[in-house]
Amino acid sequence: MGKTLFDKIWDAHVVHSTGDGADILYIDRHYIHEVTSPQAFDGLRSRGIGVFRPLKTVATADHNVPTINQHLPIKEEQSRKQIAQLVQNCKEFGLDLYGLGHQYQGIVHIIGPELGVTQPGGTYVCGDSHTATHGAFGSIAFGIGTSEVEMVLASQSLPQVKPRQMRITVNGQLKKGVTAKDLILYTIGKLTAKGGTGYFVEYAGEAFRSLSMEGRMTVCNMSIEMGARGGLIAPDETTIAYVKGRAFAPKGDDWDKTVAYWRTLYSDTDATFDAEFTFDAADIEPMLTYGTNPGMGIGISESIPSEKDFTDESDKATLKKALAYMQLSEGELLLGKPVSYVFIGSCTNGRIEDFRMAAEIVKGRKVASGVTAWFVPGSKQVEKQCEAEGLTQIFAEAGIALRQPGCSACLAMNEDKIPEGELCISTSNRNFEGRQGPGARTILAGPYAAAAAAVTGVITDPRTFL
Amino acid sequence: MPNKKVTIIQSSAVPLRVDNVDTDQIIPARFLKATTREGFGENLFRDWRYDKQNSIVESFPLNSPKYSGKILVAGKNFGCGSSREHAAWAVKDYGFEAVVSSMFADIFKSNALNNGLLPVQVSEAFLERLFTAIESDPSTQIAIDLPNQTISLGDEKESFAIGAYKKECLMNGYDDVDYLVSMKDKIEAYEQSKK
Repeated sequence: MGKTLFDKIWDAHVVHSTGDGADILYIDRHYIHEVTSPQAFDGLRSRGIGVFRPLKTVATADHNVPTINQHLPIKEEQSRKQIAQLVQNCKEFGLDLYGLGHQYQGIVHIIGPELGVTQPGGTYVCGDSHTATHGAFGSIAFGIGTSEVEMVLASQSLPQVKPRQMRITVNGQLKKGVTAKDLILYTIGKLTAKGGTGYFVEYAGEAFRSLSMEGRMTVCNMSIEMGARGGLIAPDETTIAYVKGRAFAPKGDDWDKTVAYWRTLYSDTDATFDAEFTFDAADIEPMLTYGTNPGMGIGISESIPSEKDFTDESDKATLKKALAYMQLSEGELLLGKPVSYVFIGSCTNGRIEDFRMAAEIVKGRKVASGVTAWFVPGSKQVEKQCEAEGLTQIFAEAGIALRQPGCSACLAMNEDKIPEGELCISTSNRNFEGRQGPGARTILAGPYAAAAAAVTGVITDPRTFL
Repeated sequence: MPNKKVTIIQSSAVPLRVDNVDTDQIIPARFLKATTREGFGENLFRDWRYDKQNSIVESFPLNSPKYSGKILVAGKNFGCGSSREHAAWAVKDYGFEAVVSSMFADIFKSNALNNGLLPVQVSEAFLERLFTAIESDPSTQIAIDLPNQTISLGDEKESFAIGAYKKECLMNGYDDVDYLVSMKDKIEAYEQSKK
């Protein structure tokens, strides 16, 4: 029987099978950041052991960092301490750190791919659920907890039970103005926030294959939002062209040999999946969420569902609770709703392509009065690209100062918090209650829709600007 | 670090009849700045336990004098969202030894298992019976028997699944790091084979 892409990568990384269903899986690269690592390093210290393969760990500071005045000491004491702890731990255990002030600093899931550290066929983990992002390269990438961070630091391996596998195929081309973010929000809407639980997903079909690497990263990033551990897309010429020439990409003969291997990474035609779903790209329009989990999404021209649209009592209760929190009503249209905050950034949509999209709409326009727009690049390199391509200037002319890299208002661990009750259209990945700050209300969307709201002050169909 | 051994948990329970409880609710991001594993229990479900004025929300089950116990019974898809292990630490630190639901998010489940917090997955029908029983009589006793992998409510009993390896870890308070470190020769041999 044929193998799936996932099987091929998994099988190539099994160090040992324990015999009761779990495999010891070798990890090619471990990404760490300040929030989920301190307790893991403490564990190593108390056991008196070091990091087993220090060269296979890449560290950055992202969750807690401010997005202005990064050259100054961090004001908030606990954030400052947590980052100082990371610096100390990296020094003590001999790890590479792209911390504040480093030219490579940025959100962990942005910098891995842009440095060429993330490559097809590899295994990648990080103490962060959006590690799924790296699956865009045709690799197995998943989020882990701090105990597992300690395991990987101690042994470069993890005991793992092989998950079930799902394939999601979206046929056809996305329509003009419809982005990778809309594609994944649509998919999660169809499967719900729990539809992928217990599965690893392969995304297939023309809609995914036609995406740029940035778009593929946006899609795989949000795999966790339907409960899946991760999602992956088979590598192809787009993948190979993206990796080529990057700082940590293979070079010379090594490159040719490696690419030859990458070309074997696809699901065999007779491979079987535990679940399959197929959708049509033509059905997708720009998407918005109205509720408090990423599965609660609708097309921009649709109205918010009503209790009568659901048969399950628990779905009705979820809708009611979510709309009460969001201060929205059943059957209401989101189009035309005033927003007071716009956030473009995060590991979902903080890459150069996202800022290019935002610039397309913002160019020659001004931010609407009463709107606070936070444009936060995902890395120092994205920040530099924005400058070089003239995007920073376009934003400045619109009245938006490009901020400095970090996770920012995606989870509001730094100062970038949406005030209580305010409505924010956000390109990030989660609209959970209080995610962007206590009492903040979040509408998830793609960069086009977020930028359109920034210049109009209300939820607007971005296609009217394109 | 090695955990306390888990075998049989018998207790009343606290019902949380909400689906898709995400980790941002279990422990909001602003409490993730600590660099140790202790003290997260006081902020468990912070924004549901306290209102905007920081007053106790009486109606929230954890605040209700009616409910107490070492078992949290929650709606389906418990622990979705972030991989933050702080969520499992908070549930455990608050005093729960087991969480019962009809579905757990994958990462939360493994985080719980790694911290001696037992996730017990039951059928939707059994979960509903648990909710009904606890809500009508908060002193209802629930018995979770890890060696036999069963959960009982009066005469009703259901089996639950758990990997043999994880079960052994929980029952003996073992920890994966020691096991992995003991596998060093195999890991090095694997690395050699890939060169």
